[in-house]
Amino acid sequence: MLYREAGDFKTSYRADQQTFPIRSERILFWAFIVAAFAVVPFFINDYWEKSVLIPFLVWSMAALGLNILVGYCGQVSLGTGGFMAVGAYAAYKLMTAFPEMNILLVIVLSGGVTAVVGMAFGLPSLRIKGFYLAVATLAAQFFLVWVFNKFPWFYNYSASGQITAPERLLFGVPVTGPNSPPWATYLVALTVVFVFAWIGKNLTRGRIGRQWMAIRDMDIAAEIIGVEPLRAKISAFAVSSFYIGIAGAMYFTIWFGAVEPTEAFGINQSFRALFMVIIGGLGSILGSFLGAGFLVLLPVLLKNLMVGQLGWATDIASHFEIMIVGALIIFFLIVEPHGLAQLWRLTKEKLRLWPFPH
Amino acid sequence: MSPDFLYFIETVLNGLMSGVMYSLVALGFVLIFKASGIFNFAQGVMALFAALTLVGLLTGQVPFAHLIHAIFGVEAQHWGAGMPALLAVIGTMVVMIALAFLIERIVLKHLVNQEPIILFMATIGLAYFLEGLGDLMWGSDVKALDIGVPSGGSFWWEDVTREWAAEGSDYFGMYIDKLDVTAAIVAAVLVVALSVFSQYTRMGRALRAVADDHQAALSVGISLRTIWVIVWSIAGFVALVAGIMWGSKSGVQFSLSLIALKALPVLILGGFTSIPGAIVGGLIIGVGEKLAELYIGPLVGGAIENWFAYVVALVFLLYRPQGLFGDKIIERI
Amino acid sequence: MKLAKLAAIAATALTIGAGPAFAELVFPSLSYRTGPYAPNGIPFADGYADYFTLINERDGGIEGNKIKLVECETGYNTEKGVECYESTKGEGSLVYQPLSTGITYQLIPKATADGIAIHSMGYGRTSAANGTIFSNVFNYPGTYWDAASIIIKYIASEEGGDLKGKKIALVYHNSAYGKEPIRTLEELAKKHGYALTLLPVDHPGQEQKATWLQIRRDRPDYVLMWGWGVMNQVAIQEAANIRFPMDHFIGVWWSASENDTIPAGEGANGYKAVTFHGVGSDFPIYADLKKHVYDAGKAAGAGDQAGTVLYNRGMVAAMWAVEAARTAMKIHNTKDITPAMMRDGMEALDVPESRLAELGLPNFTVPVKVSCANHGGPGLGMIQQWDAAAKKWSIITDLISADREVVDALIKEDSEAYAKENNITPRTCN
Repeated sequence: MLYREAGDFKTSYRADQQTFPIRSERILFWAFIVAAFAVVPFFINDYWEKSVLIPFLVWSMAALGLNILVGYCGQVSLGTGGFMAVGAYAAYKLMTAFPEMNILLVIVLSGGVTAVVGMAFGLPSLRIKGFYLAVATLAAQFFLVWVFNKFPWFYNYSASGQITAPERLLFGVPVTGPNSPPWATYLVALTVVFVFAWIGKNLTRGRIGRQWMAIRDMDIAAEIIGVEPLRAKISAFAVSSFYIGIAGAMYFTIWFGAVEPTEAFGINQSFRALFMVIIGGLGSILGSFLGAGFLVLLPVLLKNLMVGQLGWATDIASHFEIMIVGALIIFFLIVEPHGLAQLWRLTKEKLRLWPFPH
Repeated sequence: MSPDFLYFIETVLNGLMSGVMYSLVALGFVLIFKASGIFNFAQGVMALFAALTLVGLLTGQVPFAHLIHAIFGVEAQHWGAGMPALLAVIGTMVVMIALAFLIERIVLKHLVNQEPIILFMATIGLAYFLEGLGDLMWGSDVKALDIGVPSGGSFWWEDVTREWAAEGSDYFGMYIDKLDVTAAIVAAVLVVALSVFSQYTRMGRALRAVADDHQAALSVGISLRTIWVIVWSIAGFVALVAGIMWGSKSGVQFSLSLIALKALPVLILGGFTSIPGAIVGGLIIGVGEKLAELYIGPLVGGAIENWFAYVVALVFLLYRPQGLFGDKIIERI
Repeated sequence: MKLAKLAAIAATALTIGAGPAFAELVFPSLSYRTGPYAPNGIPFADGYADYFTLINERDGGIEGNKIKLVECETGYNTEKGVECYESTKGEGSLVYQPLSTGITYQLIPKATADGIAIHSMGYGRTSAANGTIFSNVFNYPGTYWDAASIIIKYIASEEGGDLKGKKIALVYHNSAYGKEPIRTLEELAKKHGYALTLLPVDHPGQEQKATWLQIRRDRPDYVLMWGWGVMNQVAIQEAANIRFPMDHFIGVWWSASENDTIPAGEGANGYKAVTFHGVGSDFPIYADLKKHVYDAGKAAGAGDQAGTVLYNRGMVAAMWAVEAARTAMKIHNTKDITPAMMRDGMEALDVPESRLAELGLPNFTVPVKVSCANHGGPGLGMIQQWDAAAKKWSIITDLISADREVVDALIKEDSEAYAKENNITPRTCN
């Protein structure tokens, strides 16, 4: 019913190759996007902004970046927290050094800075593989956080070592700092994520994405058919870090407004991003969003349910929360080891035949 | 000998001792990875869970006391005077074996032949679950753990080493923690016992067969599932030992689960599949980071040992991508 | 889609959850009963809750207006802390105790914009003591810089007034919190002529061998500690192991609970720390607590924390909150106070010793008087010492005041830098 292909004919290669080949899916997608851009901003309040939507969008961005590296290029990385820190601190230094700079430009440039750092830390991947590489990227994680904690230049010599985002306007509306209206920060985050998810999707469908996947599936074979491992791996690290840097910049500027490196960008964040990618689905753009949704929204939902609705003691609720999340991770892996995105894909397959399966 | 040289020796010695403590954690990872190719993220949480259970049994805590109180309103914190240390250790071991059994039954059985990263993810789910369960069962306060492991600086060693310094220098002897020495002995015994077990027992041979080749082991009639339960039980035992050693130092509390982070550089340095690798890796990391912290640290502001350990590991890896003692990676098309 | 469905469920979960009843006075408690710092979070949260329960049960609320305590679990995590803040602020929350450096820094701009007061009692941003710039942030009765100065003053008095040529080492948690006292200690080093060694310990701090080998080698006369969580227990254990004289080892108030000293056993005997409130349960208020709260089965948590250091700290925080609410009621002549009124009440807070005695807390804490310009309170402290045999702390000094000259200059400098960076024009106070 929902996914009817009948009557959906393609008359050109272009139409056949598009991202959403089925018309009803296309309509659903655009309806969703329109709702996100044009409807949600009218209903959003502080709680939904700061605790639900912005966290979801920022983490989706980070998961997207990591998925490019892990899911498409097969290089497992645990340096996400460190790279997010690079993005955040780049944003802070740019904002304070050039107060006139447009905030969107700041965010994108921070991504650029992170890409350069990411490329440097990606070099060992040419020699080290699998879990060995994952643990080796932890060197980046610990080193970067240490650097931002140690050298006062990065936090403008403030006594506490915390960085605080000054207020910046976009079209006359504040989008950073405490006075920014929820819809404004939400729209900025949504726009950035939408644009880069779009780019990401097309990047992975194109030549460079295919090179990454060739490296992922078997690097030696890829090398033999003419994929240069250096270029493919380093470009994956660059693009991935670029995305993660943007996520870090948004994390600092429009979500929190003040961060401290040791907690905000600690090792937990690196693990969290990796969990999102695996739960959501490796090598899937949609999976990045589903994974972020699962790990960001589920705990909030469980908390509201157990504490808000059932009135349990907060500590018991929180112990149950983490147990339920853990159990659900295992459950989903058993049901569908390839992540939530694969689950969605299977559902779609079923829906296409429904209500008349063979 | 000049005091400066003695300080150097002292640093190296203490680095070796810290290294042994890391190795104790790394051993658990290696055992499971070797037998099943699973990178067990839950190893640290298992150590915490084992230590919590041990303290709970020692002091006679009622499990889930808080939950029971919240649901039934019954105030029951303790069920008695607790039990002697040996009994508590055995009791904890029974719990860990039961846990291994359940993990196999509920989780691993369904995930046979999946990719390593999926199995890794499953152990993360397990880590989350155990983290919540441990807290719910035994409460989240700091618990002192004392089962008679000696600790504190050794006077004897201090006196011996004081003699080594040149006459007239105000050298006051070398420091060594008795707990660390104990840990080193325990680790040595553990490694010897594990090697004997895997070399000379039927079970051990089956274990090595599985580690070598799952398919071949299955075809000669070794039950993979039994082996997994056994391996996870042994890993649980190693986790208990690590939990006791680290717990005696800092008290048993949530942070105990973070010791896994200390084991990771050891693991990649030594190789995921080698038990001697875990020990040697631990020693190298321990000495490396202590020397760095004491001799390079003051120049750059300190607290460098965390990332330095990874840098040491990284440098070794660039020469040997499979770790010092890891199985050689053979690439075929 | 899945997400839309999820959002719909969450939306219903939210709307039913939030039904603000404005007749009550809402005090949120951002507690952390889980995670690595839970051992410290539990007693504080229990003390905070039990005092409010006592006021409700014994007095029928503040001036007859009942208190509603809304607890929210942060796990000491900034993200969750912000979620807690956003989810509870709509209920008319009067004052926030963020209870973590990270969350405090988050909430300073947000709560100021929302017009809600923050009480970061002895933690958070030290320069928030400057009320002209931080209108909604209070950190009475003292700050980390006060603490550092008090400890140095105490050491000076122990050493007969002269610190010249002495060696002092600071072992600190390598984070914003741990780095707080460094600048003050450096300034004081210039003034008093002692040599300062800085020894950072990375989170979580289970492995401190290198730090303590260094201390053993350098033999500083005193070691100060700004530690947190497992770092405290390990540091005290290691100090005992190298046989550092424990009475020359002095911690800040967050490194000085029973949790920190008990695991080290006998070795911790003599360990000292600076504090701003009394220890133990030897105060008249405990009789009331027993009668109205514990025996009535209304104790928060497991009910086994009464009398511990952090329980008392939670209680003193609640006590000041209640007194501030009373002051606000007096100023605005209404019993139904708003967050803005609460802020005014905190700014006019005055709890002298006589009032403490009335409350059943004689000599329990330092007398506090807050003003428009000074949100940091008196900056007084005491030194407490651990007795391992009796397993309890005892206060060993009278009130010691901070070196105002040094601390105030630093506060002025830092707060003005903050004002400049964030375009805040200081208020004028008269």
